[in-house]
Amino acid sequence: MAIVIQGGHILDPGRFNAVGDLVIDQGKILAIGQRVNIPAGATIYPAKGRLVVPGFVDLHVHFREPGFEYKETIQSGAASAVAGGFTTVCCMPNTNPVNDNQAITEFMLERGRAAGLANVLPIGAITKGSEGKELAEIGDLRRAGCVAISDDGKPVMNSLVMRRAMEYALAFDIPVVDHCEDLHLAEGGCMNEGLISTELGLPGIPAAAEDVMVARNVSLAELTGARLHLAHISTVGSVRMVREAKARGIKVTAEACPHHFTLTEEVVRGFNTLAKMNPPLRAWQDVQAIKEGLRDGTIDAIATDHAPHATQEKQQGFTEAPFGIVGLETALSLTLALVEEGILSLESAIEKLSAAPARAFGLAKGTLTAGADADVAIIDPQAHWEVDPGKFRSKSRNTPFAGWKVKGLVVKTIVGGRVVFEAPVPA
Amino acid sequence: MSLKRKDLLSLAPLSAEEITLILQTADSFKEVTGREIKKVPALRGRTVVNLFFEPSTRTRTSFELAAKRLSADVINFSPSSSSVVKGETLLDTARNIEAMQADIIVLRHSSAGAAETLARGVKSSVINAGDGWHEHPTQALLDLYTIRERGLPFKGLRVAIVGDVAHSRVARSNIHALSKLGAEVRVVGPPTMIPKGIEKLGATVFYNLDEALRGVQVIMMLRLQLERQGRALFPTIREYARLYGLTGDRVKLAEAGAIVMHPGPINRGVEIAPEVADSLSSVILDQVANGVAVRMGILYLMSGAN
Repeated sequence: MAIVIQGGHILDPGRFNAVGDLVIDQGKILAIGQRVNIPAGATIYPAKGRLVVPGFVDLHVHFREPGFEYKETIQSGAASAVAGGFTTVCCMPNTNPVNDNQAITEFMLERGRAAGLANVLPIGAITKGSEGKELAEIGDLRRAGCVAISDDGKPVMNSLVMRRAMEYALAFDIPVVDHCEDLHLAEGGCMNEGLISTELGLPGIPAAAEDVMVARNVSLAELTGARLHLAHISTVGSVRMVREAKARGIKVTAEACPHHFTLTEEVVRGFNTLAKMNPPLRAWQDVQAIKEGLRDGTIDAIATDHAPHATQEKQQGFTEAPFGIVGLETALSLTLALVEEGILSLESAIEKLSAAPARAFGLAKGTLTAGADADVAIIDPQAHWEVDPGKFRSKSRNTPFAGWKVKGLVVKTIVGGRVVFEAPVPA
Repeated sequence: MSLKRKDLLSLAPLSAEEITLILQTADSFKEVTGREIKKVPALRGRTVVNLFFEPSTRTRTSFELAAKRLSADVINFSPSSSSVVKGETLLDTARNIEAMQADIIVLRHSSAGAAETLARGVKSSVINAGDGWHEHPTQALLDLYTIRERGLPFKGLRVAIVGDVAHSRVARSNIHALSKLGAEVRVVGPPTMIPKGIEKLGATVFYNLDEALRGVQVIMMLRLQLERQGRALFPTIREYARLYGLTGDRVKLAEAGAIVMHPGPINRGVEIAPEVADSLSSVILDQVANGVAVRMGILYLMSGAN
């Protein structure tokens, strides 16, 4: 049955930006505009004062299944995604076993379909077991449905292996995603290296650990012509090098995470394990560089690096606690804060959550154009709310934003023409 | 005046007055440790738990003696690090101890921040007996006590802290405390062992030991962790000893009557020449003796027994 989202501010970045109606039929966008024909018997969703946007695309989530279902499952992760307005998510392969083969990829796709919420797209491993030695069967992974390859948190340290992976990936036109971290330079560090790590006596990860790998990867992308995507960049140096690489025409895209443009390493004080993530929260000037990179287009996409961990894991000491925070249900509000701050226009904020990430991975998503899959988020841009991790759809609660008063709330999420999330009406 | 704190985790937040109060309180207990019957009833009926996740003989014994001389009941609990790996979190371990009505938990842990994490989760008072590279407040307080006992005023005092400052909790606590009391702190070591931004904590950085020693009244040597050699921090123990080892000749560069300190255990012939360790200028054993009195003072103040 057809759905009409009526009278909302429809924002399809680069294509449509006005009050109008959006008609959905047979799981696709049927029409968008100011004078559309309303099909007989259509369900009408009045959307006056609401923002109607393409469902968000997250290039970087960890749904922990198979292997770590106590942290998150594909079902709970997808529920978290749609609650945050994300209709397509790309799952990193650091599961157990690692998603380095067709069987795991198919399993993840099947679980995603069974959940029936967001589009769950696996990212395959670059190397077998993500051990950085032998290439995984990238052709098989692509055929089975992987949309990119990455060894994520276990970056390929051997530059020759990385070169070969990039070359091999050319045959399948699949983006190669790297978490840029020189593991020797990081040397077991657990926060940004600087005055605060010195004061707290915590081993630091210098910004250079990221920068040298960005430099290497950009050089290898130039050498091989591969599609390089840089995960969660966090430093002044990374932004500068990506900007320069793009200017020289190298095929590189980059993402940044909300926490990296919202928080600095100051939040670690008090040994706050909810402020422990990798890359670590950086210094003020890094945060400024990320914002500037988002503003000038150096950074294409906003991704969450949604990394659920159980409460007891984050209750350990700072050095023992695992890296990562959940992000799907706070990403929109934190991104809209950049609009309030004047860093991004509303249109470009939405683009960085939808059309731009879709483009980076070559996904036919992130648009409301007629004929596209009907993946839509309806937002109340004026709604103020307080972040309460107890209400997250995710299985995990590990966020440094608990208690934050934020603005902009997802009220309805539609995937493939089906309403998969509706915000509870406040009592 | 009393110490209005539940815990002693770090010297960074303490005021000069609070530090002075601890040193003054230690004075009266120093007198007790010199008696034939070295025991007072101040903490009778109180329970002190030494929770040591990292091996330590000196600090644990010092706390144990201090608590016993205050008539507290003392339990030594040294969970093997593997039992933590088996799943019990630090907080659960501590809550178990708290359930046994411990008044004060003395914690030694290899991770920076462990004491702070613990203190947030339990009602017992927590005393940090060393957490990773972060802080070792009671060591710094006994160092200050020893300096003061030698009649050296803190205001304008020139102190050189020598060695692996990056990995030293003793150095961090001393830098905080000495700066607060008005001393001029120099840190000296190979650049690989001087952490980023240390000068913002109030220390002046030197890479040359001879230069750093000129005119100082206190030389504080740090223990070299010999196992760090394989990690590109310094080429050989030989070269380290030649560049940063304290010899008799080097002591002469300091002000006449300068004292030599070391938190122990010492590596003779590496960071400190045997003749220096055993010389009249060495106060290394005074530090150990004062450790008991200072910890008595801290336990007393933390227990709220006054």
